[in-house]
Amino acid sequence: MNRWLHFASPQRFYPLAGRLMPWLVVSAALLALAGLAIGLLIAPSDAQQGEGYRIIFVHVPASWMSMFIYLVMAFWAGVGLVLNTRLSSMMAQALAPTGAMFALLSLLTGALWGKPMWGAWWVWDARLTSELILLFLYLGFIALYSSIEDPSRADRASAVLALVGAVNVPIIYFSVKWWSTLHQGASVSLTRSPSMAVTMLWGMGIMVLAFWAYAIAVALARVRCIILEREARAEWVKYAVE
Amino acid sequence: MPWNSHWVGVADFLAMGGYASYVWISIGACALAVLIESLQLRRRHRAAARRVSQLRGEA
Repeated sequence: MNRWLHFASPQRFYPLAGRLMPWLVVSAALLALAGLAIGLLIAPSDAQQGEGYRIIFVHVPASWMSMFIYLVMAFWAGVGLVLNTRLSSMMAQALAPTGAMFALLSLLTGALWGKPMWGAWWVWDARLTSELILLFLYLGFIALYSSIEDPSRADRASAVLALVGAVNVPIIYFSVKWWSTLHQGASVSLTRSPSMAVTMLWGMGIMVLAFWAYAIAVALARVRCIILEREARAEWVKYAVE
Repeated sequence: MPWNSHWVGVADFLAMGGYASYVWISIGACALAVLIESLQLRRRHRAAARRVSQLRGEA
């Protein structure tokens, strides 16, 4: 526990994040290359959707990340709210733009998949609508933070929004089960064997790992910016920057 | 592409069975988003570091 608290101060975390970043960036690039090679070159075509299904290799990772990042963001915002730890709130702020980006990519690639398969770019269906709400929650979180001048007050207010909005994530995930929707059900679940070819599954799994590595790298890069911005007058920062 | 029986040549691969625009725009949008975010973060970090140096100079 003490070792973790050791890195809970921005001063200690700043150089640690800097050391981790290059490894994460390289991992993300290599995993993305491998995942796309398997997904685009090796995986067979889909019996129903032909080659059009290959959007899955970016759509599913982007959608999963948009939901997962929200939960992590709400977690850190909540920790910051309860324990009043500076770095936790900074972490929540660092995750929000990347989460919003993945939500947008999920909707965009979904539209590009929906048009040829369903004949519509958009339908007001439970899955799509709840993902759109997720994007608005991210944007609301960012907007609320930037509308309040005092950082610690802004942290507290946006944390409440993040925690309340977390209810939406299970709604997105289970929407295809709870309501009859146009969106297809889960191809991968914990309770039954996946309804996909093994190479498709590998391609998708590796792409998910690539998106993970990227998201962590970017969150660390952004939290470093936030640390410098918020602690610009701190004594240690003078020595942290060349 | 001899190591893969699925595609017959580069043109076939690029055509994506008639779904070329949908598939390539999806992947291209993700690549573009990653590029924009990376460049934006690099700029933000430089600006933050510059401000720290300025404050150090004033002190």
